[in-house]
Amino acid sequence: MAGAIWCMVEDDRQGSPKKVMAEVLGEATRLGLGPVEALWLTDTANDEGLKQLGEWGATRIVLLEDAALAPYRAEVWAPIVADLAGKESPKAILAPVTSRQRELMARLAARLGVGLSADSVALAAEGDRLIATRPVYAGKLLSKVTWAKTPWMVTLRPNVFRPAEAQPGRTATVDRPSATPPGAAMKLVERREEVSTGLPELTEAEIVISGGRGMKGPENYVILEKMAGVIGAAVGASRAAVDAGWRPHRFQIGQTGRTISPKLYMGFGVSGAIQHLAGMRTSKVIVAVNKDPEAPIFKIADYGIVGDLFEVVPALTEELKKLKEHS
Amino acid sequence: MKIVVCIKQVPDTATQMKVAAGGKSIETAGITWIVSPYDEFAVEEALRIKEKRGQGEVVVISLGPDRVKETLRSSLAMGADRAIHLNDPAWAEADTLTTARALAAAIKQEGPALVLCGRQAIDDDMGAVAAQLAEILGWPCASWIMEEAVDADAKNIRVGRQVEGGLELFDLPLPAVVSAQKGLNEPRYPTLKGIMGAKRKEIKDLKAGDVGLAGEPPQLSLISLEALPPRAAGRIIQGDVPTAVKELVRSLREDAKAI
Repeated sequence: MAGAIWCMVEDDRQGSPKKVMAEVLGEATRLGLGPVEALWLTDTANDEGLKQLGEWGATRIVLLEDAALAPYRAEVWAPIVADLAGKESPKAILAPVTSRQRELMARLAARLGVGLSADSVALAAEGDRLIATRPVYAGKLLSKVTWAKTPWMVTLRPNVFRPAEAQPGRTATVDRPSATPPGAAMKLVERREEVSTGLPELTEAEIVISGGRGMKGPENYVILEKMAGVIGAAVGASRAAVDAGWRPHRFQIGQTGRTISPKLYMGFGVSGAIQHLAGMRTSKVIVAVNKDPEAPIFKIADYGIVGDLFEVVPALTEELKKLKEHS
Repeated sequence: MKIVVCIKQVPDTATQMKVAAGGKSIETAGITWIVSPYDEFAVEEALRIKEKRGQGEVVVISLGPDRVKETLRSSLAMGADRAIHLNDPAWAEADTLTTARALAAAIKQEGPALVLCGRQAIDDDMGAVAAQLAEILGWPCASWIMEEAVDADAKNIRVGRQVEGGLELFDLPLPAVVSAQKGLNEPRYPTLKGIMGAKRKEIKDLKAGDVGLAGEPPQLSLISLEALPPRAAGRIIQGDVPTAVKELVRSLREDAKAI
């Protein structure tokens, strides 16, 4: 409806919204700028998923369920959302940073002719405007931005905004407007699934373990993966390790890789080059283990151990295992 | 086959960024300017497509002040054929949408089969221009590509785009816009011959009026630029490895409540 705060739903492509939606809906509710509504484009939505969005705070769900919406293609989704926005005049459109939403939101912003604040880490309503805070230069600086007109479009960095607590019994009305997806120029050939490591995605993980040049070689990452398995962490790497070919590019943390804000970051054999620190310095708690007491990473670490990672990692893994067994 | 590559000039990744007086811009003194690394992958890929086909033209384009010429020159040194410099004070406060509109207007004049961009510029990290260009041009777009292949008659490009948990292979009819992710290729270093040759290649200056645009206020405007709040001083945990590790786990659990 007019003046609503729309939250674009990111789902698991099986019919359920992703957990990050609790953060988006929680922030939309906290802003208190208008009714919080979820906009869900999918080929399949299940009842459990609709219930979940209501419990997280959506008062209304606009559901566009159509086989032609899968696979995701911005050229198909953007016109549909733009048409709906034209009819309903939302005040803001929020979405989590995911591979689909960051592209869709950019394309949609161009179609609507409005501004987009990508990868935002804080939002504040001030009078009749919204101010977004977003890291720039990979997090070396913070910028505050605002919009010339509505809808204010924002993508939100995962793990930063406080998630809504699910309130059982809170429900949303569900509207299913009719929309005909436009034809698509691009066609999916195949989807190659990565061999699952069983570990979470780097940008979504609450705990990230990272290995740098001090790992000495690709074969040694197995000790970090073992620890990650114990505490449910993702394993990342520094640019030095990636450029040496020890880890694939998608695991790189830093200015030319992923920017992460986990609850806990633990760096092993990572010296802390400026471009790496930029990518992880907004982590809530930082642990550094390095042989070199002068390593720059110690300057921003909450806890540091000066020592050989090949001794520390196995000992730490055992200690964490004990902790998990007793809790 | 004509390919346009959009590039942006950014501070080198090793730069310690400082906010300039006024709080709305960065201190530029002493900065080494480079082609944004993802854009460099885009330039490299364009050159590889041209080399593989044995013919074609690679045009690099950038929006920004006078200093952007050096950056265009370095792409010409890598092997691009010519360059376009969107250089007008009207674009001084350009946001991503203004930039995309300016690039799109110039690209329309060129009429390429393919536009390549980096996945994002590493200064404002917005990562929106490629998708916005595609919207304005009315073309399909694939973001964060890790591999590509243009078919023999230059009618189609097959790309692998990186998504959570895998790679999606798409066929896009040309013309199309694609954005490069790290891993697409390893950019070449310019040869001495390339550097010398670049001095003779054309860099065309275009003002807003030349591409049929007037100045426009940004849709997203900057209020302020700030340094990050400093992190509180941390603590080096002393003792032998078993002792230090026990204390670390205790601290993480009881003090920081991080595990």
